[in-house]
Amino acid sequence: MLSQLPVLPVLLPLIGAPACALLRRPTLAWVFACLVAVLAFLCTVSLFTTTWQEGVQTYALGGWPSPWGIEYRIDLLNALVLLVVSGIGAAILLASRASVWQEIGETRRGLFYVACLLCLAGLLGIAATGDAFNLFVFLEISSLSTYALVAMGPDRRALLAAYNYLIMGTIGATFILIGIGFLYMLTGTLSMADLGERLPAMGESRTAFAAYAFIVVGVCLKLALFPLHLWLPGAYTRAPSIVTVFLAATSTKVALYVLIRFTYSVFHLEFSQLAQALDTVFIALGVIAVFAGSLVAIFEADLKRGLAYSSVAQIGFMVIGLGIGTVEGLQASLIHLFNHALMKGALFLALAAFILRVGSSNFSSLRGIGRRMPLATAAFVLAGISLIGIPGTAGFISKWYLVLAAAAQQQWILLGLILAGSLLTAVYIWRFVETAYAEPEGDSVIQRNEAPLGMLLVIVLLALLNLYFGFDSRLPVETAGGAAQALLGGDAS
Amino acid sequence: MEVLIDIVLLSLLVATAVALVMVRGLIASIMLTSVYGLLSASFFVTMGAVDVAFTEAAVGAGVSPLLLLFTVAVIGRKERAPEGGAVLVKSLLLVVVTGALLIVGTLDMPPFGSPDAPAQTHVAPYYLQQSGAEIGIPNVVTSVLASYRAYDTLGEVLVIFTAGVAVILILASSSHRGSARLRNATVPDGSPHTILQVVGKILIPFILLFAFYVQFHGEYGPGGGFQAGVIFASGVILYGLLFGLPTVCRVLPPPVMEVLAALGVLIFGLTGVMSLLNGAPFLDYSVLADDPVTAQHIGIMVIELGVGITVASVITAIYYAFANQLEPGPN
Amino acid sequence: MDVFSYFNYWVVVVLMMLGFFIVIARGNLVKKLIGLNIFQTSVFILYISIGNVSGGAAPILEEGVALYSNPLPHVLILTAIVVGIATTAVGLALVVRIHAAYDSVEESEILAQDEPC
Repeated sequence: MLSQLPVLPVLLPLIGAPACALLRRPTLAWVFACLVAVLAFLCTVSLFTTTWQEGVQTYALGGWPSPWGIEYRIDLLNALVLLVVSGIGAAILLASRASVWQEIGETRRGLFYVACLLCLAGLLGIAATGDAFNLFVFLEISSLSTYALVAMGPDRRALLAAYNYLIMGTIGATFILIGIGFLYMLTGTLSMADLGERLPAMGESRTAFAAYAFIVVGVCLKLALFPLHLWLPGAYTRAPSIVTVFLAATSTKVALYVLIRFTYSVFHLEFSQLAQALDTVFIALGVIAVFAGSLVAIFEADLKRGLAYSSVAQIGFMVIGLGIGTVEGLQASLIHLFNHALMKGALFLALAAFILRVGSSNFSSLRGIGRRMPLATAAFVLAGISLIGIPGTAGFISKWYLVLAAAAQQQWILLGLILAGSLLTAVYIWRFVETAYAEPEGDSVIQRNEAPLGMLLVIVLLALLNLYFGFDSRLPVETAGGAAQALLGGDAS
Repeated sequence: MEVLIDIVLLSLLVATAVALVMVRGLIASIMLTSVYGLLSASFFVTMGAVDVAFTEAAVGAGVSPLLLLFTVAVIGRKERAPEGGAVLVKSLLLVVVTGALLIVGTLDMPPFGSPDAPAQTHVAPYYLQQSGAEIGIPNVVTSVLASYRAYDTLGEVLVIFTAGVAVILILASSSHRGSARLRNATVPDGSPHTILQVVGKILIPFILLFAFYVQFHGEYGPGGGFQAGVIFASGVILYGLLFGLPTVCRVLPPPVMEVLAALGVLIFGLTGVMSLLNGAPFLDYSVLADDPVTAQHIGIMVIELGVGITVASVITAIYYAFANQLEPGPN
Repeated sequence: MDVFSYFNYWVVVVLMMLGFFIVIARGNLVKKLIGLNIFQTSVFILYISIGNVSGGAAPILEEGVALYSNPLPHVLILTAIVVGIATTAVGLALVVRIHAAYDSVEESEILAQDEPC
């Protein structure tokens, strides 16, 4: 069974989803979805350790070797992304019950969990596959289910947000399809490994350049990199709380993975003349994203929307790491990918708990939430501190490596901008702290009303993980280091 | 001659697309979409892509305009005058830049139709040369689809399943699942479609029969599970249009369709799991029989059946969901 | 023949851009989806053109035929067509619900009813 390991994390939710559709009772569907997600996570952990110890794991689907068949080729980068997505996915599903039962109508709950499993399967499939077209197929599975999940949001603006996301997402996916078509035309292959070998031999082909441009724009639409982020705030704000947690913690991470994979494993841009120009573009867009996202987040009256803009900013930090273009930069980017999933997972899940108890994510209605829900609020603040990047938290490790990478390239201005961007984060987190521990208006007595136990446990766990990875950062740092090394330095052959 | 047909079809496609940009009003737009689908299907035939042509004719000129028509029946056919000014300029700019980039991209391409292009010399020849011996069926597209790249096809079935789940999630009224309303509705009396009904009654059995033919003939000629599923569903939809939604819902109840949709995916997926349990990679059919070619035959037959079931039931379920918005109606 | 060698691709680019233009320039939500449809269908035409071999037969093995068109793009596009119709169906379902909620399917009229989202 061990030889089957690479395919299991994807397969479990993939087959679990239609099986889940056969279950008529929503509670049963929830239990089943959790079971599938937890099993997938356990398989991923096992896959991760195997990859860590033994190196790249390949798996020929259908028994047909690449490039004739579709192949999974799990290296450290795949394993890291799979670990993040399946781990957060399982945690969120476990915590989801109370929030889903409040926000989703009874008749929809069963299928809601089917859609969640489909989305999970799609994201894991993207992160695992070694075939460019297979990536597109799984991208569509995750996208279509996401559109439906976003549309389940409580008010009518959710429908519009879902529609906008559908249009933007489909344009992005079609761009990726065009790019893959160009690549196929040039090389005759769809396997990423094979592409990676054949493309550099093409030299500076204008077709390859156009292919890369279309794939990057398509992926950046999915990644919501400034200025292609317009769908994100609406979708995150209007989606059901649980869906927002799931999207924020997983889907943009997978998009970043795709960007990195195509840039370094398929196009080998590190050897290209274009690399420098492109790096500058990534850094510029990243910096603008950090400032634009953070500034909007600071003035936003709604916490959920504020955090959505904060995601735009944090994606900026990750892309800056990518743009620095060195092993260290890429490592920082990947560390932040890992840590940001933990931070935003904790933040949005705590927010889901607030919405569950208060009914709104407006700052005005969150006054005194720290007294009402002390534990969830404490977890939120802890994750927020991590988001700022204060020493002792996981976020500090992200920023530290990012700053080191910038310093190694003597990009002092960039270094300053990164620090300034972090300060902006502090502003909007502080704003929440102030509100949460403020005296309630009038003389209304606030009753303690903590989140339901299952949800609370996951929130606290995610927050504590932010603390844990602040002290013992070996897992993300070494994995990211290894992955970055393999992508950039390792086998230049 | 081939070149001439090619030029004529492409010109017609451009003309249709330009007309779509100019035309206002949704019904006209839908008709043009349908024409576009049919023209591209014809183009695919001239390119030797018969399977694709078949599918595009069924989807681009069939299902997709049908869904559009249902939508327009619910929301009305009016389209406001297009935005002028800034939006127009921005859009034009974006389109011109994107198009220019694409044109630049074409300049280093291998010439059109060249047999020496990398796409024709690297992976594809393997399929053309080996599939006869390895899979043992004449239609290479089916061999690639159902065996070499069967995992993509599983993904495709999941996409259509996801679409079904999504449409039901989005359109189901929040209080009840919608299907209850269907079953209680009565058939409208004095239907104006008498002639159509008589003709339809004669046609529908043949449509369904044709679907089965396409399902099982996919190994030898164009066709397969997806096309068969679409044709079967269109037979059902025709029945529904002529005899009313409640009638067709009595024959094929919506909950049954939902279960069938999931079962089709499971048939496909569990075939793969069988390989897995026998120690072979997922979807490796060789474990299904002693003789490898027979094993491939069985595997392809079973998964195509799964595809057919899911496609037919999802499209029917989507039709129910849309038609349900229309028929009982608020009035 | 030289001019013609890219002609197909250029026409396809024009088709794609016409579809893309409808998506971004039109305010009617159904029309946008129609544009998306045209955009995607044109990409299918691109792929099938890639797989074209002058004088090649349909890739159904037959005695005595040596030249076939490339089957792989056909397989990919079969999948992509399914993706396209799936997207259209989900999009239209959303439009129906949006119409029920806003009583309009024109972007400008809808946006006027809500503060931006």
